Amino acid sequence: MCSLEKRGRVYVLSLTGDNEHRLNADLIAAVRSALAKVRAEYAAAPNGSALVTAAEGRFFSNGFDLAWANAAGSPSASLQRLSSLVALFKPVVADLMSLPMPTISAVNGHAAAAGFMLAISHDYTVMRGDRGFLYMSELDIGLPFPPYFMSLMRAKIADPRTLRDVTLRAAKITGAEAKATGIVDSVHAGADEALQAAMRMGEELAARNWDGGVYASIRMAAFPDVCRAVGLPAEDAEQKDKTIAAKL
Amino acid sequence: MAEMCSVEKRGRVYLLTLAGTDEHRLNPALLDAIRSALAGVRSDAAASGGSAALVVAAEGKFFSNGFDLAWARVSPSDRVPLMVPALQRTIADLLSLPMPTIAAVTGHAAAAGCFLVLSHDYVVMRADRGFLYMSEIDIGLPITENIMAVMRAKIADPRTRRDLLLRGKRMTAAEAAARGIVDRAVEGAAETVEAAVAMGEELAARNWDGEVYASIRKGVFREACRGIGVAVEEEEAEMKKAASKL
Repeated sequence: MCSLEKRGRVYVLSLTGDNEHRLNADLIAAVRSALAKVRAEYAAAPNGSALVTAAEGRFFSNGFDLAWANAAGSPSASLQRLSSLVALFKPVVADLMSLPMPTISAVNGHAAAAGFMLAISHDYTVMRGDRGFLYMSELDIGLPFPPYFMSLMRAKIADPRTLRDVTLRAAKITGAEAKATGIVDSVHAGADEALQAAMRMGEELAARNWDGGVYASIRMAAFPDVCRAVGLPAEDAEQKDKTIAAKL
Repeated sequence: MAEMCSVEKRGRVYLLTLAGTDEHRLNPALLDAIRSALAGVRSDAAASGGSAALVVAAEGKFFSNGFDLAWARVSPSDRVPLMVPALQRTIADLLSLPMPTIAAVTGHAAAAGCFLVLSHDYVVMRADRGFLYMSEIDIGLPITENIMAVMRAKIADPRTRRDLLLRGKRMTAAEAAARGIVDRAVEGAAETVEAAVAMGEELAARNWDGEVYASIRKGVFREACRGIGVAVEEEEAEMKKAASKL
C-alpha cells in the first residue's frame, strides 16, 4: 500500500499501485508506520535528511475511502465509519507537522479532500501541470470539514479569495492555478518531472544539515493553530529558553 | 560610556540611530539604551503635543546581527534569561509607541535583529546591499514563542514564513518588498534613511492622536502584543474610550 526507501539523504514514501490511494484504516496505518520508521532512523543517526511523499499512477489520493464508509449498512453506521477515518487521519497530519526534517509532497495527479490535506501537510508541494487537480469535494458531496482540515487550509492557503475558491466554490485547481495562487511551490511538465523536482529539492534541503529537532520546533511554532487542531502539545516556553541556553 | 544610540529630531520625526560600525548585537546594555531612548521619545512627544513618527536606523554595515551570543555564552543559564526578556520589553515599547514606527534598514538584519526590524509598522530597506535573515535554523537555535507570535502576525503568507524561518533564506530588499514584508527598497544608505524620514513626515502630517494610534496597533496585533507582554485593553474599555470621543 505504501513503500519507504532512502535515496541519498531523502526518504521517499510512495503510495503504491495505480489506484485512487483511498485513505482507509490500512493505508493510514501503513503511512504512519513508514513515518515512524523515518523518525526512528533519524533519531538513531541525526544527519540532514528530507522526506518526499509521492504516489504511483494517476492519483495522489482521492481522499477517504467513502465506498467503505457507505457500505456500513445504515446512514448512522456510515457516519460512524467516516468519523473513524477522520479521527485516524489526524495523527498523520500531526506526524508530518512534527517530523524532524523538511517534507515535500510530489503531486502526480488528483488530490481530493483528505488527499489534498495530505499534500499540503508538507512544507513544500510540487505538482504536475499537464493533468490532475486539487479539489476539496466536501461542499459538492454535502459534508462539512473536520476542524483540523479547516485549520490546515487556513494556515497553508492564506489568500482569502483562494481559500474561498477552495472551500466555498469546491474549485478544481490545476497545477498552474495552484502555483499562481500559492498553494504549490512549483509546477512541472509531468509526474516524473514533478518527482524529480521533489527529489532535487529534498537533496538540497537535506544538505543544509539542519538540526531536525530545531527544524520541527520552528515549524510547529510557525503554524501553532494546526498543531493545536491535531493535538500536538505546544512547546513549553521555559523549556525552549533552556534549550537555547544549552545550545549556545 | 560611549553612546550606544542617539536620538535627533528632524521636523516631526524622531530619528533613533544605533551608533558605531559594529554588528549592534543585542545585549541588555544596548537594549536598555534603546528603551531609554524610546522613553525619551515618548515623553518629548507628549510634552510637544503634536503628532510625530519614529525612524530607527543604524550606522555601518549592520542594522543588527541579532543577540549577543558571545556575551550570553559566558554564562548561558543566567544570561539567556536576561537577554530574551530585555528584547521582549524593547519590542513591547515599540508596539505600544504612540506614533508610527519605521525601520530604516541600511545593513544586514539577522535573527533578533531581523525581528527588531519587523516589529516596526513600516520597513524601508536599502536595495543595493544588506539582507534580512532569520539565521536560527542554520545556527540550530529554536525561536522563542513571543518572537514567533510577532513573526506570525507580520508574515502572513505561509510560503514567506516558511522560506524565512524554515529555509533560512537571506532576503534582499527587492525580494522582501515583492513578498510584502518590506514597504520600500531604496538605493543607498543615506537615501534609505532620507526616505524613511520622509515617510515619517508624511505619516506625522496626518495628525493622528498618538494614543489612538497605539491602541489601534495593539488591536491589529492583539495576539502578538499579548505574547510580547504589551497590555491589551479589554473591549469594554476600548468602547468606552471610543464613546467618549464621539
